[in-house]
Amino acid sequence: MSEMKFDLIVVGGGPGGYVAAIRASQLGLRTALVEKAQLGGVCLNWGCIPTKALLRSADVLRLIGSAGSFGIEVGPARPDLKAIVKRSRDVAAQLHRGVSGLMKKHRVQVFNGHARLDGPQRLKVSGEQGELSLNAPHIILATGARARVLPGMEPDGKHFWSYRQALVPDSVPKRLVIIGGGAIGIEFASFYHALGAQVSVVEMAERILPVEDHEVSAHVAQALVRDGIRLYTGCALQGSKVEQGAVQLRLEGNSNETLQADVVLVAAGIVGNVEELGLEGTGVKVQHTHVLVDEFCRTGEPGVYAIGDLAGAPWLAHKASHEAVICVEKIAGQNPHPLDPRSVPACTYSHPQVASVGYTEAQARSAGKTLKVGKFPFAANGKAIAMGATEGFVKVVFDADSGELLGAHMVGEEVTEMIQGYTIARGLETTEAELIESILPHPTMSEAMHEAVLAAYERALHC
Amino acid sequence: MAKLLHMPEVSANATHAAIQNWTLKEGDTISAGDCIAEIETEKALVELAAEEDAVLGKILVEPGREVEVGAPIGVLFARGETDVDIAALLAKAGALAAANEPVVDDAPVLQPRAEVTPAIDAHSGRIFASPLARRLAAAKGLDLASLKGSGPNGRIVKRDVEAVAVAAAVAAPTPVSTVDFDEIPHSSMRKTIARRLVESKATVPHFYLDVECRMEPLLALREQVNRTAARKISINDFIVKAAAVALQQVPAMNVTWTETALRRYHQADVCVAVSTESGLITPVVRNADSKALSQISAQVAELAGRARDGRLRPEEYQGGSFTISNLGMFGVEQFSAIINPPHAAILAVGATQQKPVVENGELKVGAVLRCTLSVDHRAVDGALAAQWLAVFKGLMENPLGMLI
Repeated sequence: MSEMKFDLIVVGGGPGGYVAAIRASQLGLRTALVEKAQLGGVCLNWGCIPTKALLRSADVLRLIGSAGSFGIEVGPARPDLKAIVKRSRDVAAQLHRGVSGLMKKHRVQVFNGHARLDGPQRLKVSGEQGELSLNAPHIILATGARARVLPGMEPDGKHFWSYRQALVPDSVPKRLVIIGGGAIGIEFASFYHALGAQVSVVEMAERILPVEDHEVSAHVAQALVRDGIRLYTGCALQGSKVEQGAVQLRLEGNSNETLQADVVLVAAGIVGNVEELGLEGTGVKVQHTHVLVDEFCRTGEPGVYAIGDLAGAPWLAHKASHEAVICVEKIAGQNPHPLDPRSVPACTYSHPQVASVGYTEAQARSAGKTLKVGKFPFAANGKAIAMGATEGFVKVVFDADSGELLGAHMVGEEVTEMIQGYTIARGLETTEAELIESILPHPTMSEAMHEAVLAAYERALHC
Repeated sequence: MAKLLHMPEVSANATHAAIQNWTLKEGDTISAGDCIAEIETEKALVELAAEEDAVLGKILVEPGREVEVGAPIGVLFARGETDVDIAALLAKAGALAAANEPVVDDAPVLQPRAEVTPAIDAHSGRIFASPLARRLAAAKGLDLASLKGSGPNGRIVKRDVEAVAVAAAVAAPTPVSTVDFDEIPHSSMRKTIARRLVESKATVPHFYLDVECRMEPLLALREQVNRTAARKISINDFIVKAAAVALQQVPAMNVTWTETALRRYHQADVCVAVSTESGLITPVVRNADSKALSQISAQVAELAGRARDGRLRPEEYQGGSFTISNLGMFGVEQFSAIINPPHAAILAVGATQQKPVVENGELKVGAVLRCTLSVDHRAVDGALAAQWLAVFKGLMENPLGMLI
């Protein structure tokens, strides 16, 4: 068995792993990447990107449906599910090829196969071509995570789906029940509702999108219910059985109904891919399926690092990529700064969209801070009215003492494209003074971001 | 690879600067952070710190000579480097003067870099700090210049301020006091005043000369001028003018002291002390000897106004060789002032008062102004200062003399 030597090896080719490999190569490290499935990981092949393609189709359908309100007469629009899914897969395939190209460009040697630690500084890779041994003083684990499977609801592609089956449906289920009211559950709820399914969402917490600000959760819940999506919050699953081709789901909590479903989509969190990595007997510590790491992604085993979903929440591709850069730069002797979880933005591409960064109002209050809170509705924004996009609002939370922008929360059309303004503001540590002094272009929906800051200091101009 | 060492922009808007002294000699080994030379500005001495390990190969500018900011002042050799063609290097620098030198970073990849980079730009003196860090530091009374920045390129960010604040909170014992007081944190202006005045009083050997000026002719002239002038001329405007003219007539008094040389100025730039809410500042009236009284009056009023708003630009309060401090409007009869470094003298002006005077053996009532000159004895001796004061007194008592 031959052994190849590298400066750094990355295990896993998702948004954490492939970014780590590129950064390492940029810093002059001889780098290898091991991937057992597809470059790009879940994000690109089975997550962020293909769902965005599906949701775009839903947007187009919805927009055509409202064409009359813009003075355009069209006939009834009919979704072609097969074409919608094909487009989504084509998008994923294109990006997958893009990552392969990036690996070539950055001279990262890619191995297809499953890697496991095999003694200090060594990985054993088993693939179709057999086994080989790789050697490097630094090994970054970026194996990601997968959907949590609920007992009795193992995905079978028929009655029980994970996100994986939900991305490539043959038909739109008549009655779809989604277990989990987080970002993934709510995005699929928006998509399948737009395609004509009768959608219900079951969430254990008292509100959907429970990590978002309570006003955001409330607004989105109201919008979904208005559209006809049924929400069962504060409900636990009592049991399920399949009878006469349908799933019976017994709820317990705020509702004790029994729901009838043709398909149940389980989107109840994720578990880390910690198995078969050869972690046993090493200093790597695993807790609740995630690897424990320090601020620079170092595990308990010298020379072994973990980033991204494998290393814990928040489970976001951009968090994985950022950790990748921090981890590699630290290895290369630079002085990166630890990731500040309060500066990681989060986006939900539901209808309406949700975007946020930093403290929610409640988190800031329980941290004992004195607050200045400002809110501005898109209904008072000229561009939003012209666009027919008056749904939603912008909310900002400031520390009254220091003027620090603690958090920002947005609901509405394309807010996921706007949150970066507040993310940069937080990164630069601007106070309300610089934000108030900034000039935002008119007419744009982003003006609402300025107005919300003004509102926090009781000087909003258009509200 | 050998590199040129350039004159940094040590104070804002300064186009020239001089090496006060080289702290190392040719051939000395330098480690990153070492002080290579001290550069003189009007406000202070600034250390020129090495950015990387090197050897001071060649000194190009001797101490005391003013050169343009950006001009080559020395050559740094890499350690172990000997065979360097300095002429070629300088020629190349001349050819590339406009283009920025690319940063060559050939450090091995896996070697740790220096942990802390400075938050203060060695060239401009600008402190890089986030708005939030600035506000938190102000609230906690911390001087930004005393903090180390951990942000990109040494920018001071929130965590740096908080780290210091936490350390200070741990270190400071809880004050036990039964006496009521308010603690007003020092502004950076207050700190600068304190530092400079301590430095002046402790390091500049002061001596003092007192003089009385008879003011009747000047008061009569002023009344006459003000009857028609669009802008009222104050006694202080006459004093600024007289001092400047006297500096031109006694040029040996128009000097500042530096460690290596006496700097003698060609123009008479007179500073006027202005009291503001946050402290004292001395805007400068340049070429005051050749300015009309109305110009001086307008300029002093305008500078003082902006000084009180805190809106003076550095070049408006830096420079000059001479200060006037006037407390006459408060009824102060006489006082002596502390020299404003690097100036060589300051004139403390009291109030014009009705006083008994003896004239031709007769006792009369006269209008008298008392002035006290504080002088830096390193730069100016007693006789010279007395000579200047006599010229000044002469101009004050025969004011037409300063207008010709």
